[in-house]
Formats: sequence, structure tokens, C-alpha cells
Amino acid sequence: MNGQPVARREHYLNVSYGVKSWLFTTDHKRIAWLYLVSVTFFFFIGGLFATLIRLELLTPQGDLVQAETYNKLFTMHGVTMIFFFLIPSIPAVLGNFLIPMMIGARDLAFPRLNLASWYIYILGGLFTLAAAAAGGVDTGWTFYTPYSSIYSNTNVALTVVGVFITGFSSILTGLNFVVTIHKMRAPGMTWFRLPLFVWSHYATSIIFILGTPVLAISLALVAVERLLNLGIFDPARGGDPLLFQHLFWFYSHPAVYIMILPGMGVISELIPCFSRKRVFGYEFVAFSSVAIAVIGFLVWGHHMFVSGQSVYAGMVFSLLSFLVAIPSAIKVFNWTATLYKGSISYDAPMLYALGFIGLFTIGGLTGLFLATLGIDIHVHDTYFVIAHFHYIMVGSAVMAYLGGIHFWWPKMTGRMYSEGWARLAALIIFIGFNLTFFPQFVLGYLGMPRRYHVYPPEFQVLNVMSSAGASILAVGYVLPLVYMIWSLRYGAVAGKNPWRATGLEWETPSPPPTDNFEVTPLVTEEAYAYDAIEPEAAYAGRPAHV
Amino acid sequence: MSKAEAVRAHQFDDSGQQHEASWIGMWVFLATEIMFFGGMFMGYILYRSLYPAAFANASNHLDVWLGGINTAVLICSSFTMASAVHSAAAGKRRTLVSCLLLTMALGLVFLGIKFSEYYVKFVEHLVPGISFVYEQRFAGPAEIFFSFYFAMTGMHALHMIIGIGLLTYLVVNSLRGRFSPSYHTPVEMIGLYWHFVDIVWIFLFPLLYLVGRHL
Repeated sequence: MNGQPVARREHYLNVSYGVKSWLFTTDHKRIAWLYLVSVTFFFFIGGLFATLIRLELLTPQGDLVQAETYNKLFTMHGVTMIFFFLIPSIPAVLGNFLIPMMIGARDLAFPRLNLASWYIYILGGLFTLAAAAAGGVDTGWTFYTPYSSIYSNTNVALTVVGVFITGFSSILTGLNFVVTIHKMRAPGMTWFRLPLFVWSHYATSIIFILGTPVLAISLALVAVERLLNLGIFDPARGGDPLLFQHLFWFYSHPAVYIMILPGMGVISELIPCFSRKRVFGYEFVAFSSVAIAVIGFLVWGHHMFVSGQSVYAGMVFSLLSFLVAIPSAIKVFNWTATLYKGSISYDAPMLYALGFIGLFTIGGLTGLFLATLGIDIHVHDTYFVIAHFHYIMVGSAVMAYLGGIHFWWPKMTGRMYSEGWARLAALIIFIGFNLTFFPQFVLGYLGMPRRYHVYPPEFQVLNVMSSAGASILAVGYVLPLVYMIWSLRYGAVAGKNPWRATGLEWETPSPPPTDNFEVTPLVTEEAYAYDAIEPEAAYAGRPAHV
Repeated sequence: MSKAEAVRAHQFDDSGQQHEASWIGMWVFLATEIMFFGGMFMGYILYRSLYPAAFANASNHLDVWLGGINTAVLICSSFTMASAVHSAAAGKRRTLVSCLLLTMALGLVFLGIKFSEYYVKFVEHLVPGISFVYEQRFAGPAEIFFSFYFAMTGMHALHMIIGIGLLTYLVVNSLRGRFSPSYHTPVEMIGLYWHFVDIVWIFLFPLLYLVGRHL
């Protein structure tokens, strides 16, 4: 298959043409593309809000925007990035594309439901964009009551309805994945032969299924309280303001694991491939995904250490939050153990993977600071928190997303991107990211609170560093957009397995046929059987992707 | 179209796999529904433990007889739904259609009684937010109670309305002869959904109507 012209063979991209063939497709691979285009759109919308935030914070005074506008900017940045980019990014794009192929299936269990999920996502996105166009929303992405339900004069109802709708897209995607992984595996594909990417998506789907409905009902209650003046969260009528926070974080803390678990799945594919080694401790990595999903449901109270929650509840939540670090650490240790004595090559996806390990370690360890009751009181609601979760959500999740997109790009398109530019972009993103967010740890430690558009002059140097880093980061994010689109037309033909990776998705031509495989594959060995390949032979045999 | 193989989608190897996939998918969906209603039950539990006297007092404003009749109506509708699944499996098309129609009728009776109750609450000024009048010492928490009453029973009624829509789809397709002993998965799935909605009511009835009874 290597080197043959791609256009001759019929595959999922050329089987039919026209807008209709895309908007009415039930092929999981095409739906993945629909998601790829739409999450990229929302990523740059969210990035635009972030740009304005970083511009405003260049100087201590409020000179670009007023406080009200600033509140709207960080709210819409959060809402867009979390609900419309990070949560669907890896599951709906890479998960959709890869899960059926990795388990040897022709499609997901419910292809029409899969397409419906995308439409639901777009409908929710339109509501949120309409809210932004109508003047925005200023509650913060957390929609805390009673501000959101009574006092805010912005488009809260429109936004929460948008997020509510989009939630059902996540629920149905998770449902589809769970059923697919249970029932659609090819002969011989036992649970312990599944790629770790599939395990992590299984764990993610559990959170989608059990967490998202709780967010949905909480936001629905905020909307009816706002529109019909019901009294569920209203303190004036005896309502408990903490109730909303409990319901919200019951979903939204596990949602952090929705954002990071699929990324961990990507890294678990990249590290063995570019180290030419079987992943160290497969079962531990697999079960740590499930453990993160389960323990992740029991830690939400650490967002309310200073909100008047009982101190004993705080202690229990603190302890449980420490516990969730254990499965996360298992993963990091197992990846590094996989690297040990591996024959490592620094292709672009691997650069993202290595960046992920470093940034995730910093983000995870600072999470332990925040889980500690005493330290949290000092740094609560400061830039320390902002830096911490951006290390997880941007430093880790987006790095993994980009690493995964690079790694499977040849499979998705049949073309190679420019390796030199890709390495450069990975480097720029890593540098830009650290320059943006590391100063924020210091700012937070020194006491700069989040969500203010003005700050004392002594914080300016660190803020300027952060804004400078953000502009480098922006360049790093635009670069892949350019060379990836360029590669669609001018990239070298990839062949079916340019990385000489294991996994069923690499045994089918690139781009794959509509039914993924010409014959249903029969699985006879574990995932990551890299030991069989001689390291030098593997390196020499790899096409120089020209 | 009466053979199971004829309705097998391309991604499945055989109709057994397809049936099991639908089965798991439906149960997973019901799990999400439990979590969905669970958020409201959680709020109810919190406020009831905060304001037990006000909740008992407010609960006495609900008509326990109408609620009781509605409970009986729903239990009967679960029976007719179960009979519908049974007759689909036995291939008795006429019994299937009449069971489905009976289920729909009982669902409509439930909704009729429910909305007449809503109307009475409106007349009695017990609708929160619009015109809520209550004795002073319980006014705030009682308004919370009625907020939950309307939110929970309203969400339940919405599920009933969706259920009746789904039953209409089943009636149309059974009349067209789409279901057979070897393929009647939609009847089974919508049956599960219907039973789930009934069970939610089985929890709502004592929590909302019977809290005040023992006082």
C-alpha cells in the first residue's frame, strides 16, 4: 500500500462528495471531522476572549475594558473553552474516529445517535454564541447562584440553556462509546488487549453518563428559577446557596477528568510507539483510568473549602483529593518507566507527549497544594488556581489533543504534515505555555486574586511576562492550523502505517475504507507488542515521511 | 420487514448483537435519567431536613386522593405496557396495539389529573414566583417546597408526554406490521422507559404527598 496514489482507491473521504454527504453522514470518521472543524472554531473563539483578557492585564489599570466587560470576557472564555472545546475535543474527534477502528468494528453501535450528538452540540453552541452576540454573560463559567439566578443582568438563561443542550451531546456520545466497547469488539479483542486509549475513553464515558445529567438538571433549575422565579436556590426564601455549588461541582470536578483522561489515553499510545516498547504495567495504567473516574466523583467538595462547607466535610474531601493523585501518579510513573531503555525518537507527536508528562506533573502536584486545607485558604481564588488548572487543561489536555491529532493525521487524511514545522510548533507551544502560566503561580502565591481587571502595580512584570507568553502560545496554535491544512493537498502520501505502530487502526489503509476494514480483523496478541521489532530496524524502516 | 435480519444495521454482525447493544444502551440511558432526577431529589432531601415542619405543612396542601388515584393509574399503565411487550414477543399484533393504546390512555388520564391539580394550585395561590400566598411562619420554605413540587412533577410530566409520543410511534409501527417475535426491540426499549417514568412517580408520590400525613 505504501507509496501508491491515494486517490485511486475508494475510501471514506472520496466515497461521496458534497455538503449533504457530510451533514447527513452516519460514518463515525466523517462525524469526527465535523467535530474537528467545530471544536477548532470554538477553540479560536475562546482564544479570542483569552487574547482580550491578556491584553487588558498588560497594565495595572483598566484601560482596554471596564470591569463589566472583563467579567463577560473571562466568563465566555471559560464557557467556550470548557463546554465547547475541551470536553468534546479528544473524545468527540479522536475517540469518534478511533474507537471503532481500535476495537475492529465497522462503526459505533448507534451511528445515527452519533450524528444527532453533533447536531445537539451545534445547537447548544448556537445558543451560547447567541448569548455572546446579545451582550454576553458575566457569572463566571461556574454560574454560582444566587448571582446567576437572581441578580445578574446578562444573558444567563440563554447561556445555561446552551450548556444544558450541549450536555446531552456528551451524554449520548458516552453512551455510544460504552455500548460500542462492550458489544462491538472484534473476535479476540479481549478487555486486556484493548488499547489504553479505549480504556481511558471507557472511563471518560462513565463520567459523561453519570456526571453530565447532574449538571444538566442544576442548570435547568437555574434557568427556571430565573425565568419563572421559582425559589430553589434563593436565600431570601430560605434557599441554601451552597446547594448549587455542590450540584455544580459534582459534575464539574469529574469534568476535569473528562478533559484529562482522554489525553492520558493519547499519551499511552504515543509513548510506547515512539519508545518502541511495550507499555510498562498495562493493567495498572488501564485500571488507573477507571480509578480516576471513580475517585473523581468523590472529591468535588474541595472547591468549597472556604464557602462555608462543614470543616469535617472539608477534611474528608481533602483526603479523597489526595487519593486521586495516586492513579494519576501511577500513569506518570508507568509512562516514564516505558521510556526507560526505550529506543526513543523525537517525532512531533512524541514532543507533545513529553511536554504533556512535564506539564501534567506540575499541574498535578500543584493540585495537591490546593487539596491541602491550609494552603488552599491562602491561595484560594488566586492566580495560583488559574495556573494550576491551565497546566492540566491547556498544558496537558491540549498538548495531548495536538499530539493525538498529529499522530493520527496520516490515518485521517492519508497525508503527512511537515515534520519540521510540527516540531517547531510543539516547541513554541511548550515555551509559550510555560511563559504564560508559570508566572501566574507566582502571582497567585503573592496574592493576586482571579477575575479582576485591575491589579497593584508591583504585579505588572509578571503579568507582562504572562501576556508575552500568551502571544507566543497563539503563534504556536495558529501554526498547526496552517501546515495541517497545507498538508491536505501537498503533504507526502503517508501509507497505512507511517509510525510502524501497533494497533488495528494501523492495519487498514489510510484513509480507511467506509467500513474501516476489508475483513473483520482477528486479534491474536496484546496491544503494544513493540518488543518484536528490533529498535534499529524499526527506525531504519520508518519512511522519512517526505 | 418482519424478520430480524432485515432490520439489522450494517455495523452489527448479527441481530443478537444488535439487540444486546440496544439493551445496554437503554439501561445506560436510564442510569443517566436516574442521575438527572437525582439532582432534584438531592435538593429535596436537603431542604426537607432543613425545614421539616414547613415541608409537612405544605405537603398537606396537596390532594392525597388525586395523587393516590394517579399512582394507581400509572401502576395499571405499567401493567398494560408489560402486556404490550409480552404480546409483541408472542406475535399477537392486535393485542399489542390495544395494550399500547390502553397505556397511552392511562398516561393521558394521569396527565389530565395532574394538570387539574396544577390548576387548583394556581387558584389557591400556591404557584411559586407568580402569586404565592402562604401563612407567614412557613412562607419561604413552603415556597421552596412548591418549587420542588412543580419542578419535579413538571419534569416527570414532561417525561410522560415524551413517553406518549414514543407510544404513538409504536402504535403506528405495529399497525404497519414492523414488529415480530424475532424483532420487537423498540417495544421493549420504550417499555423500559415507561416503567422508569412510573418508578420516578412511585418515589415522588410519598415524598411530596405523604410527608405531612403522619402529623
